[in-house]
Amino acid sequence: MADVNITVDGRKLTAPAGTLLIEACKSVGIEVPSFCYYPGLSLQGACRMCLVEIAKMPKLQTACTTVIQEGMAVTTASDTVHQARKAMLEFVLQNHPLDCPVCDAGGECELQDMTFSYGASESKLIDFKNHKDEEQWSPVVFFDRPRCILCYRCVRVCGEGMDVWALGIQNRGALSLIAPNQDDHLECEECGMCIDICPVGALTSGAYRYKTRPWEMNHVSTVCLHCADGCKTTLGVRRQGSGNQIVRGDNRDKSGINGDFLCIKGRYAFDFIEHPDRLKQPLVRKNGTLTPASWEEALELVALRFREARDTDGGASMGVIGSSRTTNEENYLLQKFARLVLRTNNIDHHRTADFPAFVNALSGRAHATASMRDVLSAPAVLLIGNDPTYQHPLLAWQIRTNVRLHGARLYVVNSWPIKLTRQAKEFLQIPEGAEDKAAAFLAGDDSAADALLTSKTTREKLAGFREKLQGEQNLVVIFGSELRGQELAALVRAAARGAKYICLGDHANSRGAADMGLYPDLLPGYLPLSEAARFGEPWKSVPQQPGMDLEAMVAAGKERKLRTLYVVGSNPVARYAIDPFALAETFVVVEDLFLTETADLAEVVLPAACAYEKSGSFTNTCGDLQLLRKAGDCEGVKPDLEIIVRIAELMGFDIQQLAPLDPSGMRADFGESRGVQSGEVDQQAIWNRRQGYEPRVSPFNPFAVLKEIQRVVPGYNVGQLELLSGNDVHTATAGRAPGKTEADRFILPSHENLFTSGTLGRYSDVLNRVIEARLRLPNEKEKEIAAD
Amino acid sequence: MQFSDQLEKRFAELQTHYPIKRSALVPMLLYAQDEVGHVSDEVVHEIAARLDLTDLEVRNVVSYYSMLHTKPIGKYNIQVCTNISCMLRGAEKVFDHIRQRLGIGHKQDTPDGLFHLEEVECIGACCWAPAMQVNYTYHENLTTEKVDEVLESLRKKETQ
Repeated sequence: MADVNITVDGRKLTAPAGTLLIEACKSVGIEVPSFCYYPGLSLQGACRMCLVEIAKMPKLQTACTTVIQEGMAVTTASDTVHQARKAMLEFVLQNHPLDCPVCDAGGECELQDMTFSYGASESKLIDFKNHKDEEQWSPVVFFDRPRCILCYRCVRVCGEGMDVWALGIQNRGALSLIAPNQDDHLECEECGMCIDICPVGALTSGAYRYKTRPWEMNHVSTVCLHCADGCKTTLGVRRQGSGNQIVRGDNRDKSGINGDFLCIKGRYAFDFIEHPDRLKQPLVRKNGTLTPASWEEALELVALRFREARDTDGGASMGVIGSSRTTNEENYLLQKFARLVLRTNNIDHHRTADFPAFVNALSGRAHATASMRDVLSAPAVLLIGNDPTYQHPLLAWQIRTNVRLHGARLYVVNSWPIKLTRQAKEFLQIPEGAEDKAAAFLAGDDSAADALLTSKTTREKLAGFREKLQGEQNLVVIFGSELRGQELAALVRAAARGAKYICLGDHANSRGAADMGLYPDLLPGYLPLSEAARFGEPWKSVPQQPGMDLEAMVAAGKERKLRTLYVVGSNPVARYAIDPFALAETFVVVEDLFLTETADLAEVVLPAACAYEKSGSFTNTCGDLQLLRKAGDCEGVKPDLEIIVRIAELMGFDIQQLAPLDPSGMRADFGESRGVQSGEVDQQAIWNRRQGYEPRVSPFNPFAVLKEIQRVVPGYNVGQLELLSGNDVHTATAGRAPGKTEADRFILPSHENLFTSGTLGRYSDVLNRVIEARLRLPNEKEKEIAAD
Repeated sequence: MQFSDQLEKRFAELQTHYPIKRSALVPMLLYAQDEVGHVSDEVVHEIAARLDLTDLEVRNVVSYYSMLHTKPIGKYNIQVCTNISCMLRGAEKVFDHIRQRLGIGHKQDTPDGLFHLEEVECIGACCWAPAMQVNYTYHENLTTEKVDEVLESLRKKETQ
């Protein structure tokens, strides 16, 4: 669009036609105050705080609803404007209580700031203030009517942003109030966007209220550890007893791929950290029962038994199960540990999507994977299977926002009308389980059409759908775990003309676990075992035979051929409904946060730090790499990275071959709450001196591992600077050698929804307390009706 | 929920008046209130379903308008205008008189469920002030005597 020239406070500025005056002012650093205006939401013009003088216009105008015009001369800081804003504040404060000292928002309240700037601290009104008692609408949402300034931000973000429409305005004038959809409580997605967006303390969070004051917290930006979307979350931490305690999650600085979006899990579900059942001491089985033990005792036992098994029966008798929730560095190191230290390829993890087939299908095509950011800007999106609203909340937010703000065209193929069909331009309802056929049909296989016909889907509709898709350029194609192997490959190969793809896995680092080679037949970067040597000299000893997958390991356990099983941050016994007796003769070591069904069978249980308690990196399901920063502390636990290295060291392995020692040491991560009182830093220094290393060097430095990953894993050689400044960097897939691509029969979708998150979800008080967790999902209801 | 045939016909016709479905909301609420007596939860739910709105959205609108009632009210809704023209011509006296005669105040009902009293803003009858509206019937140039006659006739109508 053509540019428009205007003058603001004597400064000339140029902005594209159609820009709102308030945004144009912001672009040159002139802040026009506002409560109701919020970028990305519809215009309200309710608060009248953004009044400015515009030459030749008779009255003050609202900058938030005025579109700039050529030659406009604007004054934002005259006496008239100041007076008008001050008067508006007096109005707003008419019924506003003076409880700032106990209000959660005090210290980061926009009304406070505004009152301070305009000095509207005196009121000419002598009437009593309207009072209404505080209400609790859900375990996470509290509403304090008197504090509300009726800016409608919450109503709009809930409706337009989330497409939930759970908040409304009732009554009129001074008696207006925000109302929840179920009279006295909320039934919604409990995302907490309304609380975060509230400029004052009218909506407060059940998880955070009255816990601390904003200025008492430090803020740590890290990556959410729940689903695979990789939202950046800013954790508010406060010094407490044994270290830092996480008291709040939000993303108000809007950095990161998620802007200000977070779902209930990202915002509140960090509470499992302080669950009383959290493991804080190693457990060793003695006389049949798991008994608390010291770290030394537990680690020495593990190392001893691992070495025995390896030296007598060889690596083939040992298994390793990795995690889709541990960091890339830990996953990389774990498979390196399995392959170099245990000398086995028996390594697997809970697979939730067919990433190997995906990467293979894309080989040779540069820039063919879409990042989470692309979903917000793509002109068209095709979604096959999955239900992002519940399984990938950020993805759903990106799609909704793209449709709403940029007019993107959304095409949905699903077996039932998922919530996103409300944004869809075209919806193709197919029989359940026919996603692979749909992919084949869209890829050009007409014979697949027969399997797709339903009462709502005719042959004409199918053909029309495909034709429209073929007309789309720069399409982003998103599919869930329903698509695997051949069909996935066919679909990816069929679409062209700038199409980009996203393959949806389920957990925070599902993609990272796959990328880091937690496969019995694939090395990091999906390289075949024959290419092990390219990772360096020690890798030449890696066995060329593919190892056992999870199923084979369990079978070997039954035949008493699996001597040890090392499970890191995974609960295969519950996930795969493994017969507990299959592992009766196996020495099982489990690293986890809680005593899971798998840990319950273990000989040794090692308490691990969660992703909020360590540094490292995660790769989201789109392939966006982001750094984790340590936020909280938990006494007694260690990061998996440290545990792996310590076991290797106790096994007599030269740890320099396992964990790179980086003398530039940016920030060694010691995991557990460190500091003078624990003495661990000193111990580390002594260890360093004994080994002849520089004092700052640590073998537990995730950044050093990340450097190695960037050097050796194809696709991960991305810029350090972007990463370190907290940005997401898209990893590449093209150029990788094709790995194994047979249809992956071990893929087990976790079927997480908004209120579950595997083991972590089970121990999250918030996720268990919201009523929606007990309600059936729309698709379940739908299926029930269909079955009737 | 099923409305009378006449009302259903009216609703069907209303739908054709507006380019956007939800525009029919306010007239639908008024007509439904006339038939049912008040805007019950059932009415809210039904109209929401018909207009593809949430119940909450309908309640937002209902709570905005003082002429929509969510609870049953007396059969005859006496709305006395006390806006400026009526006030200058003695509306407050009229209103006080009715209050005393019926023993009820603003937005209250007589125990027999016959009358509901409301003090309202301008009803557009300034030329004949003071005026009041009983349901949809206007009574103008009011005096206390005239009010008594109106109340009496309504009561008589009811006992017959």
